[in-house]
Amino acid sequence: MTRALTPRNLVTAALLIGLALLPLYVALTGDRFMLTLFTRIVILAMAAVSLNLILGYGGMMSFGHAAYLGLGGYTVAILSFEGVHSGFIQWPAAIAVSALFALAVGALSLRTRGVYFIMITLAFAQMAYYLASGMARYGGDDGLSLEARSTFAGLVNLSNKTTFYYVCLILLFASIVLVWRLTNSRFGMVLQGVRSNETRMGAIGYPTFRYKLTGFVIAGTLCGLSGALIANHTDFVSPSMMFWTRSGDLIVMVVLGGMGTLFGPVFGALALLFLEQFLPALISAAVRPINPAGAAKAGEYWQLVLGPLLLFVVLFARGGIDGMLRSLSRRGADAEKARHD
Amino acid sequence: MTDALLNVEGLSKRFGGIVATDDLSLTVARGELHAIIGPNGAGKTTLIAQLSGQLRCDSGRIRFAGEDITALPPHTRSLKGLARSFQITSLFLDLSVLDNVALAVQAHAGHSFHFWRDARTEEALRAPARAALERAGLSGRADSPAAALSHGEHRQLELAMALAGNPRMLLLDEPMAGLGPEESARMVAKLRALKNDVTILLVEHDMEAVFALADRITVLVYGRVIASGAPDEIRANAQVREAYLGDADKGSVHV
Ligand SMILES: Nc1ncnc2c1ncn2[C@@H]1O[C@H](COP(=O)(O)OP(=O)(O)O)[C@@H](O)[C@H]1O
Ligand SMILES: [Mg+2]
Repeated sequence: MTRALTPRNLVTAALLIGLALLPLYVALTGDRFMLTLFTRIVILAMAAVSLNLILGYGGMMSFGHAAYLGLGGYTVAILSFEGVHSGFIQWPAAIAVSALFALAVGALSLRTRGVYFIMITLAFAQMAYYLASGMARYGGDDGLSLEARSTFAGLVNLSNKTTFYYVCLILLFASIVLVWRLTNSRFGMVLQGVRSNETRMGAIGYPTFRYKLTGFVIAGTLCGLSGALIANHTDFVSPSMMFWTRSGDLIVMVVLGGMGTLFGPVFGALALLFLEQFLPALISAAVRPINPAGAAKAGEYWQLVLGPLLLFVVLFARGGIDGMLRSLSRRGADAEKARHD
Repeated sequence: MTDALLNVEGLSKRFGGIVATDDLSLTVARGELHAIIGPNGAGKTTLIAQLSGQLRCDSGRIRFAGEDITALPPHTRSLKGLARSFQITSLFLDLSVLDNVALAVQAHAGHSFHFWRDARTEEALRAPARAALERAGLSGRADSPAAALSHGEHRQLELAMALAGNPRMLLLDEPMAGLGPEESARMVAKLRALKNDVTILLVEHDMEAVFALADRITVLVYGRVIASGAPDEIRANAQVREAYLGDADKGSVHV
């Protein structure tokens, strides 16, 4: 029997409602920082959702996914620098550039597996990183500031932070719906078959390469769109957006939240960015009673706490946050069943 | 040999110093159950892998239904009606039993670039999948995760997946491997029923099953055919008895 009110469903619903109502909270408390933080969470959640399509559902361990964030962002920033401010041109261009890059990377990497695949995707992302560093006209290493946010012929004004937040949120929800439909379609069944046993997929009649490539391009394209968002969010792009550690962050979000689950990447993005934001202060607060002088310093070592914490989740809560919620739900169902027996 | 469905000529495959397939020629007639026997390491699995396309052959030619398929990739061969099962169970363990078979059906139902409609509600995929499960005797477990099945049920699922595309020919690699006597007997009954509909190349260690089912038997030793003929001829062949069946005679298996 499937129950609607499992802890997993309740938490997921709370998350979605919370995200939708966040601007209300900000309006009531005047906590503008929360709006900025959550806009970032929503955009990176969208990037993680796109990575999850190939990593979680397709089993493709792409280690260069941040490249698309950078490509999408740079496309917007460069067009803006060159005097093209219309989002109707910038955003499709960001999508097209990411799609082409994904097509090239995918075509060259998807015939390999395992470590080779990881290394090739990583190498391409690093190439994009160095390419951006070398573009002197567009700021090189220092990055490039956006003169203005993308304009949409007066239809929406992205300079309004609340409006921008909702644009990002709607695109995140649309991405989740897209991934939901995709993964349950014939195409999605093929992706999951490839994740599970690619040799067998070939044996039963699938030319797996073209399906993997399609998935890879869809994921890259979607991530390119979140890149266009992040450029508008920070009004700035720089090569560091594409550095391999950024790709690592996206993988951590997916794994932490729950690979191959619809909402896992959103949980993962939320958890990781919250930890990054608040762990230093938490550590300082914890150390202060013991050693008041060293408290501030201790906060700087937050990554020493974050690492083992992530390791703990990956090792002991297989299936990430979503997996934990799911086993909670299952335990609840078992308990209920026991009561009825 | 007028009506050959599969025809292999001069097939060879080396792994470094090992000659796994040695100038092998073989013809399987339409409608026959052709068994391949031979000791461990004789090259039976390697042969199946070459026929189904997972392994490239070093030389030789494979014709299926009159067409040269030597250079075709596995998925194309599968679409032409040549289906294989695996000696070592090779399934989609994290999907349900019905999903496993439905994937096999879907492979033969045109391209899979359908992005929106829920594939699990498509009767065009689910109905044939259920039928194949029925034929393999697994209907009861359709909704279980494949990982939850017993070994015997895995072998049945292997068979259901091979059947799902309505193949013209089945390449079965030790379908009885690891089965108990009762399960083996059930599998023999299944194969006997299938024999009427589909040509089968059966690699099997269970001599009782082979001699009960086969129309023709080919004996492989060190990648080379040492004998090929009707079961009675093989039983009577001195070379075969020495090289292979001799061991079986010492055991409890009667041939
Ligand atoms: N991928 C491989 N690499 C190297 N040697 C292999 C490989 N596959 C099979 N062999 C060798 O080829 C020979 C035939 O193996 P196989 O076809 O599995 O035999 P059988 O199925 O008859 O037991 C064996 O000596 C085996 O060790
Ligand atoms: Mg074998």
